[in-house]
Amino acid sequence: MSEPFEPNIVAFLCNWCSYAGADLAGTSRVKYSSNIKIIRVMCSGRVNPLFVMNALQQGADGVLISGCHPGDCHYLEGNMYARRRFGLIKELMEFVGVDPRRIHMSWVSASEGGKWKDVVEKVVEDVREAGPFEQFKRDKINW
Amino acid sequence: MFMSEKPRVGVYVCHCGINIAATVDVEAVVEFASRLPGVVVAKNYTYMCSDPGQQLVQEDIRKENLNRIVVASCSPRMHEMTFRRTLQDAGLNPYYLEMANIREHVSWVHEDQEEATKKAKSLVGASVSKARMLEPLEEKEVEAERSALVIGGGIAGIQSALDIADAGYQVYLVEKTPSVGGRMSQLDKTFPTLDCSACILTPKMVDVANHPQIELMTYSEVEEVGGFVGNFEVKVRQKARYVDIDKCNGCGDCADNCRVKNRIPNEYDEGVGKRSAIYMPFPQAVPAKMTIDPDHCLYLTRGKCGKEPKCQEVCGPGAIDFEQQDQVVELKVGAIVVATGFDTFEPSRKPEYGYQDSPNVITGLEMERLVSASGPTGGEILIGEGETARKPKDVAFIQCVGSRDQSVGNEYCSRVCCMYTAKQAHLIKEKIPDADVRVYYMDVRAFGKGFEEFYDRVRREGVRYIRGNPSEIFSKGDKQVVKVEDTLTATPMEDEVDLVVLATGLEPRADARGVIDLLRLSQSSDKFFLEAHPKLYPVDTSTDGVFLAGCAQGPKDIPDTVAQAKGAAASAMIPLSLGKVKVEAQTAEVNQDTCRGCGFCVEVCPYSAIELTTVNRFGHAVNVASVNEALCKGCGSCSAACLSNSVQPRSFRDSQIMPQIAALGVRK
Repeated sequence: MSEPFEPNIVAFLCNWCSYAGADLAGTSRVKYSSNIKIIRVMCSGRVNPLFVMNALQQGADGVLISGCHPGDCHYLEGNMYARRRFGLIKELMEFVGVDPRRIHMSWVSASEGGKWKDVVEKVVEDVREAGPFEQFKRDKINW
Repeated sequence: MFMSEKPRVGVYVCHCGINIAATVDVEAVVEFASRLPGVVVAKNYTYMCSDPGQQLVQEDIRKENLNRIVVASCSPRMHEMTFRRTLQDAGLNPYYLEMANIREHVSWVHEDQEEATKKAKSLVGASVSKARMLEPLEEKEVEAERSALVIGGGIAGIQSALDIADAGYQVYLVEKTPSVGGRMSQLDKTFPTLDCSACILTPKMVDVANHPQIELMTYSEVEEVGGFVGNFEVKVRQKARYVDIDKCNGCGDCADNCRVKNRIPNEYDEGVGKRSAIYMPFPQAVPAKMTIDPDHCLYLTRGKCGKEPKCQEVCGPGAIDFEQQDQVVELKVGAIVVATGFDTFEPSRKPEYGYQDSPNVITGLEMERLVSASGPTGGEILIGEGETARKPKDVAFIQCVGSRDQSVGNEYCSRVCCMYTAKQAHLIKEKIPDADVRVYYMDVRAFGKGFEEFYDRVRREGVRYIRGNPSEIFSKGDKQVVKVEDTLTATPMEDEVDLVVLATGLEPRADARGVIDLLRLSQSSDKFFLEAHPKLYPVDTSTDGVFLAGCAQGPKDIPDTVAQAKGAAASAMIPLSLGKVKVEAQTAEVNQDTCRGCGFCVEVCPYSAIELTTVNRFGHAVNVASVNEALCKGCGSCSAACLSNSVQPRSFRDSQIMPQIAALGVRK
């Protein structure tokens, strides 16, 4: 049997809640899968839908966006924009044939180190099930 | 524009002692980094944040002419400021720094060295890719208002207000209830010194009222907070008291003649005593003025109170004014201290203790009012009412009610119950020497200065400590039966007592949500307000210029509260004494050549920092967006909404994030 597939996942975390929550997971020495690589943005509202597509194009198998809980945004309402955009991104991705299990969004606050681990494991599990992402590879696209 | 010179990147991988080096092969990361495009120097060092570590960077900047620095170490939330200063001291723009978080996000959360090293390499790769695209930024300063707002008039708020005002700055102290004093004013004695609570508190309450630099706003609530550190714009609603406080002399004739006298539970006495609809919360209230409770006053609720409201009839100075309206006051302040305090645990949430069934099961705070000379019994410990009132001979205290109890969702220790129980047990022994007092406990936490000594003293006075958590408390005649197992001797027993005192814990205030929404605060998992860092920034919050004091941040006793209040005051005074604050340098910028003036960013901006302006483009007047940098906080919501990528947050531009994504996408 071949080795289990280890997905490569890019995560966009807001500086104030989710990034701090991931930091807390570290400080608390919570152990989780190493498949997720984090890009820090100031607010989840900063995440341009293009980032998600770009990540998939560049070789990521899945994408996670994580921000403050609704109502707790450090910038008042950025996470609300993120939520709306996420709905659209997900629909668009489904439309072009991308498995919706590859794209995730979560709310993790600065005090939820434990939740961050749970989110990571869930996302890794889902993307692992979805398998390697090949659709956007050049040789797979039928011009 | 900013890509004027070729990037020469220096990469520094930190061991953090063995915190990183034990899990990540730092040599391999350095070797990997040295082959990345643009990297001139790649090194590792035991502690990058130490002086020699920083000097290493500075020497290389000078020697190798580096113009971009990547530090792979702990979280940027930890040491970004440290390394920015390092760059600045070496003459490099501080925003030419990028950090790779290989401690919190790698070495501390992954165990497999191979996987951890692989991830560390890819994070360093992403950081180098971004670093190459960084731009120099300029930090600007704006003037700061030299005044502060303190929310909450308990001992924490009082102390913060006094310290800031004593330093010479204007303070607005806003208190929700008609008087300052807070929870401390309800206490009889304070542990472990047995100081009379009122005796040490009331002078401070009076100081707050008389201080020329403090404007005391009682019976008021903060309604709106806008602006940012140094320039907060605050709206405070001063609720109508229906009493002209300039005329009221606090004589209390009105309360004595009120038609609903002694019918309304007195909040100050925890409902043990009763009050009138027009009232002063307690005799030492500051300001010593009357207030009409609009929820219970006959005239205000029904529009009729006899022929004429009695209070109005008897008031000598003619201070009663039923026409009074709420007033909204606008303030400008430079800093805000949040000292909103706590609620006590509602014991009916643990129905097995029978609080809701029997008047002889009471809370710690009710006991406090019962032993207090200013309480409804004048300090006599009595149970039952009127003729049948008697002194309890057998008293049981139950510890940890609503604390250290996952079944009610409170995992934390409330930190004061062990000691207030010991104090109340002492007071009972003092007032009823032949009383048999026992304390049912899980652990006794006597951790503070003089606490253990006091606990010893109370036990020597004959208070019995029995280790066991009652399973049930029920009534049997006029007695209460405590069903419990003494876990030290494994003896199940049923203990019949006259009075049960539940040592109820501290909880976040039920109205905390309002404060969170006003000030953009966060909560920790126990739902108290979250400090910026549990150890290094214990009074700061994630909102610049907003500080925490007292039990709003977590349960604590009076000395700790006062200490934290003084800390919050000192931190709040930093912008006030400088008279200026740095504004965010990582603001958004509009490329006016490509902006099509659609205005989506204007709508999206949470701070109304973007507006459309008309510019001349090749002889045509066109609308383009323009950013007010003083208002912009750099969240970047605008750029995600922009159709032409014309508005971009500095340091988080598409051109800086895309290379990161590309670097992370590569499967290695």
